[in-house]
Amino acid sequence: MANVTENTESQRLTFWERIYLPEIARGLGLTFRQMFRPTFTRQYPEERWIPEGSYRGRPVLVLEEEGERCVACGLCSRVCPALAIEVRAGETEQEKERYPELFEINMLRCIYCGFCEEVCPEEAIVMSKDYELVFSSQEEGILGKDKLLVPVAQLQERLEFLRQWR
Amino acid sequence: MDLINLAIILVQAGILVNLMLMAAAYMVLAERKISAYIQLRLGPNRVGPWGLFQSFADVFKLYLKEDIVPAAADYKFHALAPVIAIGVAVTVYAVIPFSGPLVTIGGKSYGLAMAPNMNVALLVILAMTSVGVYGVALAGWSSNSKYSLMGGLRSSAQMISYELSMGLAVVGVVLIGGSLNLIELIQYQTAHGWNIFYQPLGFLIFLITALAETNRAPFDLPEAEPELVGGYHTEYSGMKFGLLYLAEYANILASSAIMATLFLGGWDIIPFVDEAALLGLDPTGLPMVLAGHVAFLSKAFVLVFVFIWIRWSLPRFRYDQLMNLGWKVLLPLSLANIAVTGIVMLLLN
Repeated sequence: MANVTENTESQRLTFWERIYLPEIARGLGLTFRQMFRPTFTRQYPEERWIPEGSYRGRPVLVLEEEGERCVACGLCSRVCPALAIEVRAGETEQEKERYPELFEINMLRCIYCGFCEEVCPEEAIVMSKDYELVFSSQEEGILGKDKLLVPVAQLQERLEFLRQWR
Repeated sequence: MDLINLAIILVQAGILVNLMLMAAAYMVLAERKISAYIQLRLGPNRVGPWGLFQSFADVFKLYLKEDIVPAAADYKFHALAPVIAIGVAVTVYAVIPFSGPLVTIGGKSYGLAMAPNMNVALLVILAMTSVGVYGVALAGWSSNSKYSLMGGLRSSAQMISYELSMGLAVVGVVLIGGSLNLIELIQYQTAHGWNIFYQPLGFLIFLITALAETNRAPFDLPEAEPELVGGYHTEYSGMKFGLLYLAEYANILASSAIMATLFLGGWDIIPFVDEAALLGLDPTGLPMVLAGHVAFLSKAFVLVFVFIWIRWSLPRFRYDQLMNLGWKVLLPLSLANIAVTGIVMLLLN
């Protein structure tokens, strides 16, 4: 006969499984035990998660004592798939000769892919651990050099990660 | 009726309504906390110590919310539905004997029960719980939205299917106790042991049907959120939504209290033990009555916990499964329960 299924789930059940109640009692027992297990919740504003060096947070510019590492080659801006980076180059008396007059990352466009960091020949733009990005307007989401420059000491973990794994 | 009598009744009503509102507020918190701990979360813990004032914050928010009535809705019935829902839920509390006689004023004793010696109390409860569906069905229909209407229809169908088994499950208790008066049923259980030991099947059927009557998971089809958005209260907002929500929790507490009365001995503290004689106290004296009141509330709230616990353990039934269970399993079982109880009672007498 067509359309007759043998050995289905419902046929394999024993009598006690078929009247459901013992199984329901087992399920209730499971949920009751769950109540006394430790919870996973992190109390966010008080307990913050500190990511590892491999974490790709907000991209930042590395700041050393003599100034930023960036030489305004514009590769990051070129590679950025979301077109989030704008660089305008200027000349400087320093050894590196060029520096970014303007360096803006539109954090509303950034997708945290890390291509800018990967393509940078000077290791001047790296992904930080900062994941708390809050803006109250669209203009505020465009970060200029004042917000992007981070002292190199704070980025050691990421730089070491890049040297080891890239 | 003189003025003192009226004043006493008003005070009783005030205490009961406030008891219900406070209980409902804290049941919402308990629901959130228990569900959180079952799912290894913490639940609300920001408003007050351990989140104890969360419910008041929620109610305050609901009061401040805009009251939106859909343009296509029937305004009058849309406003009437929450009133019916909460009114019916409160009415049931009038006949539940929360405590025995506590104080004596002018030769008459009063307890925390509005109509303690009503001889048809059980029928009133069954009638009022079925009227409760009018609120839900009306809310669904008057919103003029397909989701709301589906929710209301499901609620009515569910109520018709499960009301029958619920009534029949109670018949076993009535056969044993020989009365529809809740106080007499409690006194019978105090003397002879709790009904749950004589009517385990009746208790189980009553518990399942009570879950369905109060629209609780696993039978919460009228508000099945994956299919019906919010079910019958999709188009409600502000305090009208708050009232529907409140009525749901009031119904849960009422069902738990009824189960405590009918099956768990009401004010009786330990089954098969005469506590008053054991401690040498007067069974109608204040200490025993107060202890009985606490025992009654504890039983009711343990059952409330069971309601919440079941909700966060079991998945929702499908509509056809719900109808199969109601008509093909619970109805024959409750009929068999009555038949067996009746035969045993006949043989014993």
